[in-house]
Amino acid sequence: LPRVPAVLKKRLVKLVVNFLFYFRTDEAEPIGALLLEHCKITKEEENVFSISFIEEPERKYCFECATEEQCQEWVEALRRASYEFLRRSLIFYRNEIQKMTGKDPLEQYGISEEARFQLGAHRQ
Amino acid sequence: MKLNERSLAFYATCDSPADNAGFLYKRGERHTAYHRRWFVLKGNMLFYFEERDSREPVGVIVLEGCNVELCDSAENFAFAIRFGGSKSRTYVLAAESQAAMESWVKSLSRASFDYMRLVVRELEKQLQEMSRGLAGGCGGSQEPPGPWKPKPSGLEQSRERLPALPAILPKENGCAVWNNVLGAGRPPDTSGCGGHDEDGNPRPPPLPPRRRVSNGAGAAVAESPSTFCRLHEQYSREMARLRQDWQQRRRGPQP
Repeated sequence: LPRVPAVLKKRLVKLVVNFLFYFRTDEAEPIGALLLEHCKITKEEENVFSISFIEEPERKYCFECATEEQCQEWVEALRRASYEFLRRSLIFYRNEIQKMTGKDPLEQYGISEEARFQLGAHRQ
Repeated sequence: MKLNERSLAFYATCDSPADNAGFLYKRGERHTAYHRRWFVLKGNMLFYFEERDSREPVGVIVLEGCNVELCDSAENFAFAIRFGGSKSRTYVLAAESQAAMESWVKSLSRASFDYMRLVVRELEKQLQEMSRGLAGGCGGSQEPPGPWKPKPSGLEQSRERLPALPAILPKENGCAVWNNVLGAGRPPDTSGCGGHDEDGNPRPPPLPPRRRVSNGAGAAVAESPSTFCRLHEQYSREMARLRQDWQQRRRGPQP
Protein backbone atom coordinates (compact mmCIF):
# COMPACT_ATOMS: atom_id res chain seq x y z
CA LEU A 1 0.00 0.00 0.00
CA PRO A 2 1.72 3.17 -1.11
CA ARG A 3 1.85 6.20 1.07
CA VAL A 4 1.78 9.65 -0.42
CA PRO A 5 3.28 12.70 1.22
CA ALA A 6 4.44 15.26 -1.31
CA VAL A 7 6.44 12.50 -2.89
CA LEU A 8 5.03 9.06 -3.57
CA LYS A 9 6.70 6.47 -1.40
CA LYS A 10 5.76 2.85 -1.44
CA ARG A 11 5.13 1.46 2.02
CA LEU A 12 3.73 -1.61 3.56
CA VAL A 13 1.02 -0.66 6.00
CA LYS A 14 -0.40 -2.81 8.78
CA LEU A 15 -3.27 -2.11 11.07
CA VAL A 16 -2.75 -3.67 14.48
CA VAL A 17 -5.27 -2.80 17.18
CA ASN A 18 -5.38 1.01 17.23
CA PHE A 19 -2.03 1.55 15.54
CA LEU A 20 -1.21 1.88 11.90
CA PHE A 21 2.33 0.66 11.33
CA TYR A 22 4.24 1.42 8.18
CA PHE A 23 7.29 -0.34 6.79
CA ARG A 24 9.67 -0.01 3.92
CA THR A 25 8.60 -2.83 1.66
CA ASP A 26 11.73 -4.90 2.22
CA GLU A 27 12.19 -4.41 5.95
CA ALA A 28 10.85 -6.35 8.91
CA GLU A 29 10.89 -3.51 11.42
CA PRO A 30 8.43 -0.67 11.00
CA ILE A 31 9.68 2.82 10.28
CA GLY A 32 6.91 4.25 12.34
CA ALA A 33 3.36 4.06 13.60
CA LEU A 34 0.34 6.27 13.92
CA LEU A 35 -1.87 6.02 16.98
CA LEU A 36 -5.41 6.08 15.68
CA GLU A 37 -7.22 7.96 18.43
CA HIS A 38 -8.96 11.29 17.95
CA CYS A 39 -8.32 11.13 14.26
CA LYS A 40 -10.40 11.67 11.17
CA ILE A 41 -10.30 9.42 8.15
CA THR A 42 -11.25 11.26 4.98
CA LYS A 43 -11.91 9.79 1.60
CA GLU A 44 -10.06 12.00 -0.83
CA GLU A 45 -9.94 11.61 -4.59
CA GLU A 46 -10.02 8.25 -6.30
CA ASN A 47 -7.96 5.57 -4.55
CA VAL A 48 -6.81 8.07 -1.93
CA PHE A 49 -7.68 8.56 1.71
CA SER A 50 -6.11 10.67 4.40
CA ILE A 51 -5.72 10.56 8.16
CA SER A 52 -5.65 13.76 10.17
CA PHE A 53 -5.58 14.36 13.90
CA ILE A 54 -7.81 16.56 15.93
CA GLU A 55 -4.98 18.63 17.38
CA GLU A 56 -3.48 19.36 13.95
CA PRO A 57 -6.32 19.08 11.45
CA GLU A 58 -4.54 20.68 8.52
CA ARG A 59 -1.81 18.06 8.53
CA LYS A 60 -2.91 15.11 6.46
CA TYR A 61 -1.23 11.75 6.11
CA CYS A 62 -2.23 10.69 2.62
CA PHE A 63 -2.41 7.17 1.33
CA GLU A 64 -2.93 6.01 -2.19
CA CYS A 65 -4.25 2.52 -2.73
CA ALA A 66 -4.08 0.25 -5.73
CA THR A 67 -7.84 0.25 -6.23
CA GLU A 68 -10.87 2.23 -5.12
CA GLU A 69 -12.26 -0.90 -3.47
CA GLN A 70 -9.15 -1.28 -1.37
CA CYS A 71 -9.40 2.36 -0.48
CA GLN A 72 -12.95 1.93 0.82
CA GLU A 73 -11.90 -1.10 2.86
CA TRP A 74 -9.12 0.85 4.51
CA VAL A 75 -11.38 3.80 5.26
CA GLU A 76 -13.91 1.48 6.91
CA ALA A 77 -11.30 -0.41 8.86
CA LEU A 78 -9.50 2.70 10.07
CA ARG A 79 -12.67 4.41 11.19
CA ARG A 80 -13.37 1.48 13.47
CA ALA A 81 -9.83 1.09 14.66
CA SER A 82 -9.81 3.33 17.69
CA TYR A 83 -10.16 2.08 21.20
CA GLU A 84 -12.72 4.79 21.81
CA PHE A 85 -14.84 3.48 18.96
CA LEU A 86 -14.72 0.00 20.42
CA ARG A 87 -15.69 1.34 23.80
CA ARG A 88 -18.71 3.09 22.34
CA SER A 89 -19.72 -0.12 20.57
CA LEU A 90 -19.48 -2.03 23.80
CA ILE A 91 -21.59 0.47 25.69
CA PHE A 92 -24.14 0.47 22.89
CA TYR A 93 -24.48 -3.33 22.83
CA ARG A 94 -24.59 -3.49 26.57
CA ASN A 95 -27.39 -1.00 26.63
CA GLU A 96 -29.32 -2.76 23.87
CA ILE A 97 -29.12 -6.09 25.62
CA GLN A 98 -30.11 -4.56 28.89
CA LYS A 99 -33.15 -3.00 27.26
CA MET A 100 -34.16 -6.30 25.73
CA THR A 101 -33.56 -8.53 28.71
CA GLY A 102 -33.60 -6.23 31.68
CA LYS A 103 -30.24 -7.64 32.69
CA ASP A 104 -26.75 -6.25 32.42
CA PRO A 105 -24.76 -8.60 30.17
CA LEU A 106 -21.48 -7.55 31.74
CA GLU A 107 -22.43 -8.96 35.11
CA GLN A 108 -21.58 -12.49 34.11
CA TYR A 109 -18.05 -11.31 33.38
CA GLY A 110 -17.78 -9.49 36.65
CA ILE A 111 -16.97 -6.23 34.94
CA SER A 112 -20.23 -4.33 35.21
CA GLU A 113 -18.77 -1.85 37.67
CA GLU A 114 -15.76 -0.96 35.57
CA ALA A 115 -15.64 2.77 35.00
CA ARG A 116 -14.64 2.38 31.40
CA PHE A 117 -17.86 0.59 30.47
CA GLN A 118 -20.31 2.97 32.04
CA LEU A 119 -22.96 4.62 29.94
CA GLY A 120 -22.31 8.32 29.91
CA ALA A 121 -18.97 7.82 31.60
CA HIS A 122 -17.11 9.43 28.77
CA ARG A 123 -18.81 12.72 28.43
CA GLN A 124 -16.73 15.27 26.52
CA MET B 1 10.58 3.90 15.37
CA LYS B 2 8.68 7.10 14.77
CA LEU B 3 5.39 7.72 16.48
CA ASN B 4 2.97 10.55 16.03
CA GLU B 5 4.06 11.87 19.40
CA ARG B 6 2.07 15.01 19.33
CA SER B 7 -1.11 12.98 18.85
CA LEU B 8 -0.08 10.67 21.64
CA ALA B 9 0.55 13.59 23.94
CA PHE B 10 -2.80 15.04 22.94
CA TYR B 11 -4.57 11.80 23.75
CA ALA B 12 -2.78 11.68 27.09
CA THR B 13 -3.67 15.21 28.13
CA CYS B 14 -6.99 15.93 26.47
CA ASP B 15 -10.27 16.20 28.29
CA SER B 16 -11.46 12.65 27.71
CA PRO B 17 -11.73 10.95 31.08
CA ALA B 18 -9.04 8.53 32.10
CA ASP B 19 -9.81 4.92 32.97
CA ASN B 20 -7.49 5.24 35.92
CA ALA B 21 -5.08 7.87 37.23
CA GLY B 22 -2.82 8.27 40.21
CA PHE B 23 0.71 8.29 41.55
CA LEU B 24 2.75 5.15 41.23
CA TYR B 25 6.38 4.39 41.82
CA LYS B 26 8.15 3.15 38.76
CA ARG B 27 11.37 1.21 38.96
CA GLY B 28 14.07 2.51 36.68
CA GLU B 29 15.39 0.47 33.80
CA ARG B 30 19.06 0.54 34.55
CA HIS B 31 19.09 1.51 38.18
CA THR B 32 16.68 -0.09 40.56
CA ALA B 33 15.64 3.15 42.22
CA TYR B 34 11.94 3.89 42.13
CA HIS B 35 10.65 7.18 40.82
CA ARG B 36 7.29 8.61 41.67
CA ARG B 37 5.33 9.43 38.56
CA TRP B 38 1.81 10.49 37.71
CA PHE B 39 0.16 7.71 35.71
CA VAL B 40 -2.85 8.05 33.44
CA LEU B 41 -4.58 5.08 31.82
CA LYS B 42 -6.60 5.78 28.70
CA GLY B 43 -7.80 2.87 26.65
CA ASN B 44 -4.83 0.58 26.08
CA MET B 45 -2.25 3.29 26.73
CA LEU B 46 -0.61 3.85 30.07
CA PHE B 47 0.98 7.30 30.08
CA TYR B 48 3.25 8.60 32.79
CA PHE B 49 4.21 12.13 33.66
CA GLU B 50 6.95 13.56 35.76
CA GLU B 51 4.46 15.62 37.71
CA ARG B 52 0.69 15.63 37.92
CA ASP B 53 0.50 18.94 36.11
CA SER B 54 3.17 18.23 33.50
CA ARG B 55 2.04 19.21 30.05
CA GLU B 56 3.44 16.19 28.28
CA PRO B 57 3.96 12.60 29.29
CA VAL B 58 7.53 11.40 29.66
CA GLY B 59 6.59 7.94 28.52
CA VAL B 60 3.88 5.54 27.52
CA ILE B 61 3.35 1.80 27.83
CA VAL B 62 1.10 0.18 25.23
CA LEU B 63 -0.84 -2.50 27.03
CA GLU B 64 -1.12 -5.16 24.37
CA GLY B 65 0.19 -8.65 24.74
CA CYS B 66 1.22 -8.21 28.33
CA ASN B 67 0.49 -9.80 31.67
CA VAL B 68 -0.16 -7.85 34.80
CA GLU B 69 0.88 -9.65 37.95
CA LEU B 70 1.81 -9.11 41.54
CA CYS B 71 5.47 -9.35 42.20
CA ASP B 72 7.96 -9.89 44.92
CA SER B 73 9.73 -6.73 45.69
CA ALA B 74 11.24 -4.97 48.63
CA GLU B 75 8.77 -2.27 47.74
CA ASN B 76 5.28 -2.65 49.17
CA PHE B 77 2.24 -2.97 46.90
CA ALA B 78 4.37 -3.79 43.91
CA PHE B 79 3.11 -5.25 40.66
CA ALA B 80 4.56 -5.83 37.24
CA ILE B 81 3.57 -5.42 33.63
CA ARG B 82 5.35 -8.19 31.80
CA PHE B 83 5.83 -8.44 28.07
CA GLY B 84 7.02 -11.45 26.11
CA GLY B 85 9.55 -11.38 23.32
CA SER B 86 13.30 -11.23 23.42
CA LYS B 87 13.58 -7.46 23.40
CA SER B 88 10.85 -6.74 25.88
CA ARG B 89 11.17 -5.54 29.39
CA THR B 90 9.12 -5.83 32.52
CA TYR B 91 7.80 -2.69 34.11
CA VAL B 92 7.77 -2.82 37.88
CA LEU B 93 5.41 -0.42 39.57
CA ALA B 94 4.38 0.13 43.14
CA ALA B 95 1.24 1.70 44.50
CA GLU B 96 0.84 3.64 47.71
CA SER B 97 -1.76 1.37 49.26
CA GLN B 98 -3.26 -2.09 48.95
CA ALA B 99 -6.47 -0.67 47.55
CA ALA B 100 -4.65 1.40 44.95
CA MET B 101 -2.59 -1.61 43.91
CA GLU B 102 -5.67 -3.77 43.45
CA SER B 103 -7.44 -1.07 41.51
CA TRP B 104 -4.48 -0.65 39.16
CA VAL B 105 -3.95 -4.35 38.62
CA LYS B 106 -7.60 -4.77 37.80
CA SER B 107 -7.84 -1.87 35.38
CA LEU B 108 -4.52 -2.64 33.68
CA SER B 109 -5.29 -6.28 33.12
CA ARG B 110 -8.49 -5.35 31.31
CA ALA B 111 -7.03 -2.46 29.39
CA SER B 112 -6.02 -4.21 26.20
CA PHE B 113 -7.72 -3.61 22.94
CA ASP B 114 -7.97 -7.36 22.49
CA TYR B 115 -9.86 -7.75 25.73
CA MET B 116 -12.29 -5.03 24.77
CA ARG B 117 -12.79 -6.62 21.39
CA LEU B 118 -13.44 -9.98 23.02
CA VAL B 119 -16.17 -8.53 25.19
CA VAL B 120 -17.71 -6.61 22.30
CA ARG B 121 -17.87 -9.76 20.19
CA GLU B 122 -19.54 -11.66 22.98
CA LEU B 123 -22.17 -8.98 23.37
CA GLU B 124 -22.66 -8.76 19.65
CA LYS B 125 -23.25 -12.48 19.51
CA GLN B 126 -25.73 -12.31 22.36
CA LEU B 127 -27.63 -9.51 20.71
CA GLN B 128 -27.71 -11.43 17.47
CA GLU B 129 -29.02 -14.56 19.12
CA MET B 130 -31.66 -12.62 20.93
CA SER B 131 -32.80 -10.82 17.81
CA ARG B 132 -32.94 -14.06 15.93
CA GLY B 133 -34.97 -15.60 18.69
CA LEU B 134 -37.45 -12.77 18.69
CA ALA B 135 -37.78 -12.69 14.93
CA GLY B 136 -38.33 -16.44 14.90
CA GLY B 137 -42.04 -16.04 15.38
CA CYS B 138 -42.57 -14.80 18.89
CA GLY B 139 -44.46 -11.95 17.35
CA GLY B 140 -42.19 -9.48 19.04
CA SER B 141 -41.86 -5.92 17.98
CA GLN B 142 -38.28 -6.36 16.80
CA GLU B 143 -37.56 -5.98 13.13
CA PRO B 144 -36.63 -9.28 11.56
CA PRO B 145 -32.96 -9.47 10.73
CA GLY B 146 -32.52 -8.22 7.23
CA PRO B 147 -29.62 -8.34 4.87
CA TRP B 148 -27.10 -5.58 5.10
CA LYS B 149 -26.67 -3.18 2.29
CA PRO B 150 -23.86 -4.79 0.41
CA LYS B 151 -20.58 -3.18 1.32
CA PRO B 152 -18.17 -2.29 -1.42
CA SER B 153 -15.47 -4.52 -0.02
CA GLY B 154 -14.76 -8.03 1.04
CA LEU B 155 -14.04 -6.92 4.56
CA GLU B 156 -17.58 -7.45 5.79
CA GLN B 157 -18.24 -10.82 4.24
CA SER B 158 -17.09 -13.01 7.04
CA ARG B 159 -19.02 -11.15 9.69
CA GLU B 160 -22.45 -12.11 10.83
CA ARG B 161 -25.17 -9.56 10.43
CA LEU B 162 -27.19 -7.80 13.08
CA PRO B 163 -30.72 -6.67 12.41
CA ALA B 164 -31.10 -3.20 10.98
CA LEU B 165 -31.15 -0.66 13.77
CA PRO B 166 -32.31 2.92 13.63
CA ALA B 167 -30.39 5.71 11.95
CA ILE B 168 -27.59 7.20 13.93
CA LEU B 169 -25.53 10.30 14.14
CA PRO B 170 -22.40 10.12 12.07
CA LYS B 171 -19.23 9.89 14.07
CA GLU B 172 -15.52 9.63 13.62
CA ASN B 173 -12.84 7.96 15.64
CA GLY B 174 -13.24 9.87 18.84
CA CYS B 175 -13.39 13.11 16.91
CA ALA B 176 -17.01 13.79 17.70
CA VAL B 177 -18.35 14.81 21.03
CA TRP B 178 -19.28 11.86 23.18
CA ASN B 179 -22.90 11.17 22.54
CA ASN B 180 -24.90 10.47 25.66
CA VAL B 181 -27.94 9.91 23.51
CA LEU B 182 -26.50 6.40 23.32
CA GLY B 183 -29.18 5.67 25.89
CA ALA B 184 -31.65 6.14 23.06
CA GLY B 185 -30.16 3.24 21.21
CA ARG B 186 -27.69 4.78 18.84
CA PRO B 187 -24.54 2.92 18.07
CA PRO B 188 -21.38 4.67 16.98
CA ASP B 189 -21.08 5.10 13.27
CA THR B 190 -18.29 5.08 10.79
CA SER B 191 -19.78 7.18 8.07
CA GLY B 192 -17.55 10.10 8.91
CA CYS B 193 -18.51 13.59 9.90
CA GLY B 194 -21.61 14.42 7.97
CA GLY B 195 -21.26 11.47 5.70
CA HIS B 196 -23.60 8.77 4.52
CA ASP B 197 -23.11 5.92 2.16
CA GLU B 198 -23.72 6.42 -1.53
CA ASP B 199 -27.48 6.12 -1.42
CA GLY B 200 -27.82 8.47 1.49
CA ASN B 201 -29.23 5.64 3.61
CA PRO B 202 -28.37 5.37 7.27
CA ARG B 203 -25.50 3.07 7.93
CA PRO B 204 -25.96 -0.20 9.73
CA PRO B 205 -24.48 -0.34 13.21
CA PRO B 206 -20.77 -0.89 13.22
CA LEU B 207 -19.02 -4.08 14.05
CA PRO B 208 -15.75 -4.14 15.93
CA PRO B 209 -12.62 -3.61 13.90
CA ARG B 210 -10.96 -6.66 12.45
CA ARG B 211 -7.33 -7.03 11.73
CA ARG B 212 -7.88 -8.48 8.30
CA VAL B 213 -7.51 -6.00 5.48
CA SER B 214 -6.90 -7.03 1.94
CA ASN B 215 -3.43 -6.02 0.99
CA GLY B 216 -0.60 -7.92 -0.52
CA ALA B 217 0.91 -8.69 2.82
CA GLY B 218 -2.11 -10.67 3.87
CA ALA B 219 -3.56 -10.59 7.35
CA ALA B 220 -2.31 -7.79 9.55
CA VAL B 221 -0.58 -9.36 12.47
CA ALA B 222 1.73 -8.21 15.21
CA GLU B 223 5.16 -7.47 13.90
CA SER B 224 6.86 -10.40 15.49
CA PRO B 225 5.70 -14.00 16.01
CA SER B 226 6.45 -13.90 19.71
CA THR B 227 4.17 -10.90 20.27
CA PHE B 228 1.46 -12.60 18.28
CA CYS B 229 1.79 -15.80 20.31
CA ARG B 230 1.59 -13.85 23.47
CA LEU B 231 -1.58 -12.14 22.30
CA HIS B 232 -3.14 -15.52 21.64
CA GLU B 233 -1.94 -16.84 24.94
CA GLN B 234 -3.39 -13.94 26.80
CA TYR B 235 -6.60 -14.14 24.82
CA SER B 236 -7.17 -17.79 25.68
CA ARG B 237 -6.25 -17.25 29.31
CA GLU B 238 -8.76 -14.47 29.55
CA MET B 239 -11.42 -16.59 27.87
CA ALA B 240 -10.79 -19.43 30.29
CA ARG B 241 -11.03 -17.06 33.21
CA LEU B 242 -14.24 -15.49 31.94
CA ARG B 243 -15.77 -18.89 31.38
CA GLN B 244 -14.75 -19.99 34.84
CA ASP B 245 -16.20 -16.88 36.43
CA TRP B 246 -19.42 -17.32 34.56
CA GLN B 247 -19.73 -20.97 35.56
CA GLN B 248 -19.06 -20.12 39.16
CA ARG B 249 -21.78 -17.58 39.13
CA ARG B 250 -24.22 -20.04 37.68
CA ARG B 251 -23.41 -22.70 40.20
CA GLY B 252 -22.73 -20.87 43.41
CA PRO B 253 -24.86 -18.49 45.45
CA GLN B 254 -24.99 -14.93 44.23
CA PRO B 255 -22.23 -12.84 45.82
